[in-house]
Amino acid sequence: MKILIRNGIVVTDEYEKSLDVLIEDGVISRIAENFTADVDIVLDVEGSYVLPGLVDAHCHLRDPGYEYKEDIASGTRSAAMGGFTSVACMPNTNPTADNKTVIRYIIDKAGREGVVHVFPIGAMTKGLKGEELSEMGEMKEAGIVGVSDDGCCVENASVMKKVMLYAKMFGLPVICHCEDSKLAEEGVMNEGELSTRMGLRGKSKAAEEIMIARDIILSQRFDVPVHICHVSTALGVEIIRKAKRNGVKVTAETCPHYFTLTERACEGYNTLAKVNPPLRNEEDIEAIIQGLCDGTIDIIATDHAPHHIDEKNVEFDKAASGLVGFETALPLSYTALVKPGHMSMSELVRKMSVKPAEILKIDKGKLVEGKMADITVFNPNTEYTIDTDKFVSKSKNSPFHGFHVSGRVIATIVNGRIVVKDGKLAV
Amino acid sequence: MKEGMTVNINKKDILGIAELSREEITTILDTAAVMKKIIQGDNKKTNYLRGKTVLILFYENSTRTRVSFELAAKYMGADTININVSASSVAKGETLVDTGKTLNSMGADVIVIRHGMSGAPHLLAKHVNASVINAGDGMHEHPTQALLDMFTIREYYKTLNGLKVAIIGDIFHSRVARSNIIGLVKMGAKPVIFGPSTLMPSEIEKMGAEIAPTINDAIREADVVMGLRMQLERQKSALFPSKSEYAKFFGINHANLSLAKKHALWMHPGPVNRGVEMTSGVIDGINSVINEQVTNGVAVRMALLYLLAGRESCRDVKQRANIISLPVQEVYV
Repeated sequence: MKILIRNGIVVTDEYEKSLDVLIEDGVISRIAENFTADVDIVLDVEGSYVLPGLVDAHCHLRDPGYEYKEDIASGTRSAAMGGFTSVACMPNTNPTADNKTVIRYIIDKAGREGVVHVFPIGAMTKGLKGEELSEMGEMKEAGIVGVSDDGCCVENASVMKKVMLYAKMFGLPVICHCEDSKLAEEGVMNEGELSTRMGLRGKSKAAEEIMIARDIILSQRFDVPVHICHVSTALGVEIIRKAKRNGVKVTAETCPHYFTLTERACEGYNTLAKVNPPLRNEEDIEAIIQGLCDGTIDIIATDHAPHHIDEKNVEFDKAASGLVGFETALPLSYTALVKPGHMSMSELVRKMSVKPAEILKIDKGKLVEGKMADITVFNPNTEYTIDTDKFVSKSKNSPFHGFHVSGRVIATIVNGRIVVKDGKLAV
Repeated sequence: MKEGMTVNINKKDILGIAELSREEITTILDTAAVMKKIIQGDNKKTNYLRGKTVLILFYENSTRTRVSFELAAKYMGADTININVSASSVAKGETLVDTGKTLNSMGADVIVIRHGMSGAPHLLAKHVNASVINAGDGMHEHPTQALLDMFTIREYYKTLNGLKVAIIGDIFHSRVARSNIIGLVKMGAKPVIFGPSTLMPSEIEKMGAEIAPTINDAIREADVVMGLRMQLERQKSALFPSKSEYAKFFGINHANLSLAKKHALWMHPGPVNRGVEMTSGVIDGINSVINEQVTNGVAVRMALLYLLAGRESCRDVKQRANIISLPVQEVYV
């Protein structure tokens, strides 16, 4: 099987050029200017960007245990619609992905039913309880690419130190959800004027910042690289910036909602905007964009967190936290970062394909001859209004319904297989 | 209130003071003044809500607000049902939206809801045709309390404009404080708040209240001094050291009240923790209007029921003119 992608603009982290791409038996065999070849399928993508397939270092596929929200089949299709060819899924499933059996289940099911590469992240501690180390070695053998207690923070610094030291022995990235839950005081949104007006308990930004600082100190003191999840505050960015300057081996991620939405999205008790960490303020958005531009924040992840409508159509206090992100991440990032000139398309590719793969130490995120063909074709010129009803994900919990954005994924190719074609699922 | 004036508020629900304009607040207070005459009259029963059903759905314990709403509805001639949440299908795990839809299907005209979670009345209102009145939601708003407080103040001072109203105590947990701050600012009064800094919500000053540095600064030259109930049941974490220390540094007593204006009103939404946020001498003192507040609460709730649900049953113009043209002593602005 030979596929030729013609007339596109190939964007990697190093260049942006009008080049054609030939895929033979799943492998990128040639990237060159305007050539012809005898092929089975020609994709004419004039005016579109041809990108190394996006890599999401942080998502929730909800499988096993919460298949009513999402499963591996629906989740990977949603990912493909958003241009992701590899996703790393978090371990807060039921049962928790804290042992080799659950990890094998995820990998097997992804092999059978998934349409993009799935890389499980194992729990740091058994049951995400922050008490006992999980069987990281066995899970590594089963195929995890990192450890995280995402959704929960390991509150006990001594346990966190041991997690770091132990994970390092297996070369597993340590992926930190930073939140001092005591200081978060059962908050359900950002603490400030709006939480006061709405009478909702606020989460202080300090709850996130303190744990970012703690994990950076542990990283520095015990010489273990750490990756900080979903950074949402200006001071959080500043703490990471200083640490990087001091040579600490820290990487950081943010999500599109942290540079496109403020806490105002919660007004009217809009539970679709309830997410953890909570949406913050204008000054935080500015700092996060600045952090993305100067390299303080290495990657953009989705934190795709599907929830059933019944879990959102309740009192704000009771509502589940999180939003679906696969199908909006690239258009939102392009619209908010590239279009206004904050960063180039090449830099966005670095944040969404190259660096996430580097952090997870997986051989993905590159568009070069000889590699398996994981490719995303993105037309930046299409303008449209986001309609959550059209999401392929089982869940529609997105605060971006009705948002006007630029750019649509028109094709996603995984291992040379066309998974999305003409903006529609092809599998 | 002018004779024959059309009283109207163009709202399905009363969810908070934040959603009411200055004019609407004035209309409600003017209407409440008429209702107070009815309460003070010999025959309290009217028929302005005859044939209407008012459901009272309380997810939190309450005596005065629940009874006040129930009496207000009965005085207006409505049928009322009190739903005991702990003995209802809510205890079986029914969601608020489903409960609301069920009650709506039974033909409720007004649902009065109190709920421990902020925004619950807003969620309910989106899913029912009935008018929803917020009788207190979480730490958000308690609009009928603020209306009765403003009514009480206005009755004494004839206006709210320019008055200094000291609000003292646990501001953090207080929906009464939030609703009063919003309402008083809208009506031109100057709310000044004070309490332990651990019980002061983030950026409350942006709602238009001035934070006083000391209790004496808060009370000095105040026209009204309002104590708030120390919500002892909500004090899970270390917010203040002890009740006695609280009473000493943050309590309202005759000594600090001597700094207020001579005829200042002493108010409290009740129920009071005697000797904690207010001394017994103040509660039962000469300037205390705490019992008056309770009476006014019924009048304000009658007014809201009338304005929300009384319209159709008062189609008879004569009947309507009747209620509006009841003698009212003052023309308030």
